[in-house]
Amino acid sequence: MTAPVAISLLVNGERVEAQVPPRLNLADFLREHLKLTGTHLGCEHGVCGACTVRVGGEIVRSCLMLAVQANETAVETIEGLSDSGEIADLQAAFRDRNALQCGFCTPGMLMVAQDLLREKRMPARDEIREHLSGNYCRCTGYQAIIDAVETTARMRMELEV
Amino acid sequence: MSSIRTNPERLSVLDRPNSYIGKTVPRPNLDRLLQGRGSYVSDLELPRMAHVVFLRSPHAHAKILSIDGAPAKQMSGVITVVTGKELAAVITPWVGVLSHLKGLKSAPQSAIAVDRVCWQGEAVAAIVATSRAAAEDAAEHVAVRYEELVAVTDMRTALEPATPIIHASLGENLAFERMHEAGAVDQAFAESDAVVEADFIFGRHTGVTLEPRSVVADWNAAEARLTIYQGTQAPHMVQNIAALHLGLRESQVRVVCKDVGGSFGIKVHIYADEMATYALAKLLRRPIKFVADRVESFNTDIHARDHRCKGKIGVKRDGTITAFEIDDLTGIGPYSMYPRTSAIEANQVVNLLGGPYTNKNYRARARVVFQNKNVMCQYRAVGHPIACSVTEGLVDLAALEIGMDPVEIRRCNLIADDAYPCASPSGLRFEQLSHHASLSKIVEMMDYQALRAEQARLRKDGIFRGIGIASFIEVTNPSAAFYGVGGARISSQDGVAVRLDAQGSVICQTSITEQGQGSESLTAQIVGSVLGVSMDRVRVVLGDTDMTPYGGGTWASRGAGIGGEAALQATKVLRQNILDVAAAILQASPAELDIVNNAVVGATDGTPRIDLNELARIVYFRPDTLPPGIQPELMATRHFVPREYPFAFTNGVQAAWVEVDTDTGFVKLLRHWVVEDCGTIINPQLVDEQIRGGVVQGLGAALFEKCIYDDRGQLTNANMADYLVPMSGEMPDIDVGHVVSPTRESELGAKGAGEAGTAGAAAAVSNAVNDALAPFGTIITEIPLTPQVILTALGKI
Repeated sequence: MTAPVAISLLVNGERVEAQVPPRLNLADFLREHLKLTGTHLGCEHGVCGACTVRVGGEIVRSCLMLAVQANETAVETIEGLSDSGEIADLQAAFRDRNALQCGFCTPGMLMVAQDLLREKRMPARDEIREHLSGNYCRCTGYQAIIDAVETTARMRMELEV
Repeated sequence: MSSIRTNPERLSVLDRPNSYIGKTVPRPNLDRLLQGRGSYVSDLELPRMAHVVFLRSPHAHAKILSIDGAPAKQMSGVITVVTGKELAAVITPWVGVLSHLKGLKSAPQSAIAVDRVCWQGEAVAAIVATSRAAAEDAAEHVAVRYEELVAVTDMRTALEPATPIIHASLGENLAFERMHEAGAVDQAFAESDAVVEADFIFGRHTGVTLEPRSVVADWNAAEARLTIYQGTQAPHMVQNIAALHLGLRESQVRVVCKDVGGSFGIKVHIYADEMATYALAKLLRRPIKFVADRVESFNTDIHARDHRCKGKIGVKRDGTITAFEIDDLTGIGPYSMYPRTSAIEANQVVNLLGGPYTNKNYRARARVVFQNKNVMCQYRAVGHPIACSVTEGLVDLAALEIGMDPVEIRRCNLIADDAYPCASPSGLRFEQLSHHASLSKIVEMMDYQALRAEQARLRKDGIFRGIGIASFIEVTNPSAAFYGVGGARISSQDGVAVRLDAQGSVICQTSITEQGQGSESLTAQIVGSVLGVSMDRVRVVLGDTDMTPYGGGTWASRGAGIGGEAALQATKVLRQNILDVAAAILQASPAELDIVNNAVVGATDGTPRIDLNELARIVYFRPDTLPPGIQPELMATRHFVPREYPFAFTNGVQAAWVEVDTDTGFVKLLRHWVVEDCGTIINPQLVDEQIRGGVVQGLGAALFEKCIYDDRGQLTNANMADYLVPMSGEMPDIDVGHVVSPTRESELGAKGAGEAGTAGAAAAVSNAVNDALAPFGTIITEIPLTPQVILTALGKI
């Protein structure tokens, strides 16, 4: 049960082949093996949301998923979403609204916010608060983050018109 | 924003064309953090780096009989197992006392426990391995035999003769006691129309920085130099302490602090496990990494606010407060923290209580006792939330007793805005505060009368909403009076060096640090404004003891006020030096020239004379073309520390609007308002966000956060599922307003803003909950206001 297992997956669009211990979680695999350190570890028990990534298009806590479970999936991290430009507008809104201070929660927050905006074009403020309520931020008090997500939703709506 | 005092003649340096002062501009380099390209210590890897995991005591108090690390040493990936006794050969113990806190005592603390453990979570052995996972595996195979001792857990009985003494050498469990008396307290109470008393209870809580404490220590034996990569607020302090206890000169220690995942006072102390990590690097002659996991964070990051405070207030029928009296008791764990000590919070409670009011009669006692729990020390807004909750709780109780509106009683007693300078009965000196302007402003912002009408209307429908008001003062810009006078080598001055580079851009090195507050931004804004260059031409370097001037760092709301003034003064010198060179090149007089938009221009007509880029080219590459005798200095350094006032006090007021569900005991935060006065505002957005973040930390304390210990000293909720923190779903929108009274101590006029939010939030919420529950005749003076506390008070459970 402890012998390394071969996995093959797409990470930010690149094919990755690796031999991993069965107990290795996805967050440690991304950070330590692939050096994708934008995915952060805050609690390592699935509560703080800092390690949120997308697997097969769905947001997951990478500290609660084993690397072997990601076999044959497509994983996307903050580095991938940044390089593709998918969330450039959301990142700009965070910057302009100072929706981050220490920045440690920010990659996870962006992942979750983008997930909401893909699901719903113009979420109400309460809905944004609700969707982000599994991601802990100690610095901002959340209001700036909610504002930035709201602004991004509005701007995307305007672009569509 | 309203201004209570302006100094047009003194704002000239900041009020230049294209000034960034008072403007919202995005912080430089945020894209790095937004794209996951930050550089936190937990991300750092070095060649030959090993990982340390600490085996921690499961007991709150026990003798260590034996430690057997041999089986663990045989395990795959394990480099070594080190005990406290072995590590003591490399690093000396410390005692967390300061001489200005008279009578404060503590016992020597070691990097790793030697014979005895004094709290659950104290490290007993270090396991060093090639990976953290391997070290954690091996930790389970280190056998420690303990003899359990009686744990002292209840601060209320810690001083009783029947309670065991934790440190025999100290003779008692009392660490520190302070008495203070001013005015004629007994007479004032005797002459009062009403005297009200209450016991205030505060839940022990902690900082929960999202990035846990992290260190990489790298001893390079060939250079005889230790490099410490650490998320710290005070790099020079860490340098001094590490050198002192490892037997090195300070020049042999470099502290590098890149991105920090939250600090809030948690990362301004010296922790035993961090000291052990430095020592292990020296012992093993290689880089060692320590990253606390979340359970370790709860068990070892400093806790705060574990206070029980008896309060008493006297009041006349006309609303005049006649006296305050408090008896504060706090339990700080088994050691006073190093090097800032654990007596500061209680001391602050005595200093700050009643601070906003004109009352002159004040008696206080504060006692600080040892316990077998995790250590307590300074966390954001040290002492303020306790002093504010007790003061404002008592003021509301007095108002209730005499049938006066809470806003009205504050109007009767707040120090008048034109009464400054003045001093408090505890001896604090106030340069210029604005309590009345702030109160008027918040009453208007929240539409107080309309809320009262809404409250009355909803009560008829069985909906219980309440309004809570809390005025407060905040300690900012501390001088040497905070730590230096007590013998701590913690700098209260800060330094900034600015230089023009060869393309006319500016490199600025500052000793303040960045943990997300915006230190880098405010420094660039000041340098850009004073010099006359655009912010994108200013690069700020901070967080490295090899690269920056010497200074205190960022804590106690000091970065903008002290580091900002140093930046201003250094830039003024650089500006003059540039104008002198420009005058020589242009055959003009410096007074005829100015710098605007990255170019030297005519002072009167603004005509471009020479680009800074061109000026720098001449200075650095063609000095031969300059007139004889001209030696340009395109670098300038200045330091600053306030000298006239020990602290620059700020003030403000908060208001909460809440709804209490009397069936479930849940409190819904509907809205929160803050008006505060931090003097000159460098970046309004950054100030507002400091306030909002601070408020939410205070709201966590008000409603959720508590480290729950059992009577054997076991922390029972050391994880993020059981220890509740504020999340976005429960938090309200927070409206922030300002009154501006610049300090005259500096040309910049800025005071601090980092702790105002945390200072008054819990007091406002407690008062609001009591206001909501007024129809039930219930008064609650305990936080966190959990459903259990509220339903118990309502007699429902």
